[in-house]
Amino acid sequence: MSQCFNDKMKRAFPILGVLTAVFLSFALYEALVAAPTEQTMGDVQRIFYYHVPSAWTAFILFFVNFGASVYYLVKRCSTADIVALVSAEVGVVFCTVVLITGPIWARPVWGIWWTWDMRLTSTLVLWLIYVSYLFLRRFSSSGETPALAAALAVLGALCVPFVYFSIWFFRTQHPQPVMGGGGAIDPRMLHVLLINWLAFSCFAFLVCWSRYRLEKLQRDVDQAHALESLMDPRRGSR
Amino acid sequence: MSAPTGITRVTLLKDLRLEWRSKDAINSMLFFSLLVVVVFSFSFDPSAEESRQIAGGLIWVAFLFAAVVALNQTWAREIRNQVLDAYRVSPAPANSLFIAKTLGNFIFVSVLEALMTPLFIVFYRLRSLGPAWQLLLVAVLGTWALVVNGTFFAAMSLRTRSREIMLPLLLFPISIPALLAMVQATTAILSGEGARFWIVLLVTYDVVFTTVCLLLFETILNAE
Repeated sequence: MSQCFNDKMKRAFPILGVLTAVFLSFALYEALVAAPTEQTMGDVQRIFYYHVPSAWTAFILFFVNFGASVYYLVKRCSTADIVALVSAEVGVVFCTVVLITGPIWARPVWGIWWTWDMRLTSTLVLWLIYVSYLFLRRFSSSGETPALAAALAVLGALCVPFVYFSIWFFRTQHPQPVMGGGGAIDPRMLHVLLINWLAFSCFAFLVCWSRYRLEKLQRDVDQAHALESLMDPRRGSR
Repeated sequence: MSAPTGITRVTLLKDLRLEWRSKDAINSMLFFSLLVVVVFSFSFDPSAEESRQIAGGLIWVAFLFAAVVALNQTWAREIRNQVLDAYRVSPAPANSLFIAKTLGNFIFVSVLEALMTPLFIVFYRLRSLGPAWQLLLVAVLGTWALVVNGTFFAAMSLRTRSREIMLPLLLFPISIPALLAMVQATTAILSGEGARFWIVLLVTYDVVFTTVCLLLFETILNAE
């Protein structure tokens, strides 16, 4: 059953890849050409179509990581562990994109690269939490890395509301920057934003899927090696 | 002897006795935070009003760094002679051990704070404009937040290479909200503003993270 599913997915992979590429190019055209130019910010605002979709994709991936980690702690299923690992890795990449595109956008618009505003700070803290998660996975020397990582992921996800509330209160006295101040967004811009987000989600899914296959393969190889050396101790561990 | 509380008591008393005789953790923590205080006072040289604004941050950063010293030693002792393995195969509940270790660390860090706070007051010429008893409340809640997560992550970093480095890497990001709350509450009390929100946030943080650490500790203890 699982083998058959794997074969099907292997065949679906190139199709998915082509679709994602087409979708991404269409989204690029929409963002750079079709979308109306913003009145005050001008063309700089178009980075919005990369900044916001990356943020949403990262948040979704971190949420997937939390779900997979809880599932792993309950069921101890190795697929859930791989999903957790992969979603954290790709999520950190997208979160990094957010943290890089943010200052690039902020510099011409606000005149500063960085401000300790609520949204910026909480995204940075989120990034720190998931980087520490990846560190744990990298440095762990026990065979029970999945359980340790899953426990950390649960604690990290629980930390997110605290981060959000504390920084929200910390920064409410300060003036809120332009975005998200309740201003209505042009429906055409929203449309382009959603297309870009869909394209980014497809791309993220594609990357996650290939990373998942790689990780699964790596584990199968490790397992085969371990089994082999158990059968014939003279050949050594590798 | 009622099983879980008895085990907690015995482990805690053992740790306290060991610490009383060796004084390893407390001495290194004290000296370390003294160094932090001196280095900070050289690098800032503040007036009374300025020090009221920055003292909260300085105090807690010094205590956080010093606490890591104690937390790193928490489990190292149990690795020698395979004590932890013996504990794992015994029918003793894992959480009794966790609570004992957390209480032990809480006592160590509290002693450190009690000894270092007067020094801070003298060095930075601090005088609280708000109700000073609230500082005590913030200290207890904040220390608990650091120690409960710290003990948990110290157990987690036992299973990693270069575990001394690993503990702060895991502990600091998760502790950011608690640290922010401690620092803001301390600053608010010192400069005579209300710290209600921060205290409520600390209480919630403590309750949530203590519960989750207790739920997950058995998994961590048995991950070998």
